[in-house]
Amino acid sequence: MLRLEKLVKTYKTGDQALKAVDLNVPEGQVLALIGPSGAGKSTLIRCINRLVEPTSGSVFLGDVDLTRLSMSALRRQRRRMGMIFQEYALVERLTVMENVLSGRLGYVGFWRSFLRKYPQSDVDEAFRLLDRVGLAHMADKRADELSGGQRQRVGICRALIQDPALLLVDEPTASLDPKTSRQIMRLICELCKERGLAAIINIHDVALAQMFVQRVIGLRFGAVEFDGLPEGLTPEVLTTIYGEEDWEATIEKVDEDEALA
Amino acid sequence: MPVRDLKGRQVWQRRTGRESLLHWVMWLIGVAVFAYCWQQISASTTWFFVWDAPRIANDIWTRATPPRWEYITQLGKPIWDTLNIATLGTILALIMAVPIAFLAARNTTPSKYVVRPIALLIIVSTRSINSLIWALLLIAIIGPGVFAGVIAIAIRSIGFCAKLLYEAIEEIDETQVEAITATGASRWQVMAYGIVPQILPAFAGIAVFRWDINIRESTVLGLVGAGGIGLQLSSSLNVLAWPQVSLILLVILAAVIISEWVSAKVRGAII
Repeated sequence: MLRLEKLVKTYKTGDQALKAVDLNVPEGQVLALIGPSGAGKSTLIRCINRLVEPTSGSVFLGDVDLTRLSMSALRRQRRRMGMIFQEYALVERLTVMENVLSGRLGYVGFWRSFLRKYPQSDVDEAFRLLDRVGLAHMADKRADELSGGQRQRVGICRALIQDPALLLVDEPTASLDPKTSRQIMRLICELCKERGLAAIINIHDVALAQMFVQRVIGLRFGAVEFDGLPEGLTPEVLTTIYGEEDWEATIEKVDEDEALA
Repeated sequence: MPVRDLKGRQVWQRRTGRESLLHWVMWLIGVAVFAYCWQQISASTTWFFVWDAPRIANDIWTRATPPRWEYITQLGKPIWDTLNIATLGTILALIMAVPIAFLAARNTTPSKYVVRPIALLIIVSTRSINSLIWALLLIAIIGPGVFAGVIAIAIRSIGFCAKLLYEAIEEIDETQVEAITATGASRWQVMAYGIVPQILPAFAGIAVFRWDINIRESTVLGLVGAGGIGLQLSSSLNVLAWPQVSLILLVILAAVIISEWVSAKVRGAII
């Protein structure tokens, strides 16, 4: 469903963030992208919806090559890709409802969106989503009144109301406490399953990734070092991705978690 | 280097020996220049007038008090004009400043090398000329009266408002803009959802602040014939009607205090 072919990103400074990355994501697959800071994880998902322009290579969403689209055609394709951010990236001074409805901006004309005259079907869907993530009572609150976990739920609603085929998730749990992190990851994965969405989740927490995803990609210096099942993340593999370290604790923690679950 | 090795111990000082010497020399030069200027000014002052000043001031004070209270009936219309000049001028300035600010901000300008310098030039040139001078120019062009005052205030305020606003635009949180862009929003929608909510408090603050300044500025515009209470002030000064002058100053003071109070209230409500 999503296919990257020889995707290269070289920044103006000369740093090569992505070195000819090939990747194929089938429909409905949730995969985690792990790797050390600076490995190019954020660049990779931003190159998919062209928040960062790739230097060369192609990104196919279905049959469409996103890298060759004009601005207006790209906007139509962006509607099919919901994005969730590390620091939530909600518009702080707007209400929760406005933030969720802003996910419909790609479908609604300028004046309708400016005057907040969204179609009733969008508003219904917004309430349904807020109810699904347990925030229906918060619709009228301003985004900056919410806690971290609540904000990320609003961010998830904003991505889902786009009715996407793919979720691009950038460090969804990096600013959250361990318990909220798990809840958010569980929520994202459940919603992907419910709606048959594919997702690429950038994540630092290897144990958390192993708990929830079907496939793990390890990125190091802009190249894919590992591609396989979460169980395949042995200490040797983690060493090739991150460098030398004692990995036993990280992996043991996962077993414990599974025993509890 | 401020860290030196002294018999095997690391010694840290704020400045090296050379730096402190340089510092000392700079201070010496500064003080010398100050003393020289002081001497020059004192040499070219006619001290007789200065010694005379308290007597003259006392003289004007006795002539100006008490203010001619009945004159207030003629001041209602001029002070109303003054308020209108300030308010309309500020509104006009804001209408023109908003697009200029978006063109001047690094993260929203359509072209860094053509449009941005033009926008910056507008900001600098409108800011660098005092509103009294704008008023003099405009009176020559469109004739004396309130309208010239409004336009003078508006032009003078464009640069001020646009500069503060574009700085606010450059300081926005880009991830919120990214998030709105990622939904497939158009350029205008990104502006309305990603940028405008973030700069709205700054915008309101700038608007009241400039309105507050403009009330002060518009009180003097009448001195050159651009309408408002300054016209009364200048004619009273010309005929040496000191009791009227003192009343006008009291009225201006009251207007400024009220505007101060209003803008403090508005700013408090936004933040």
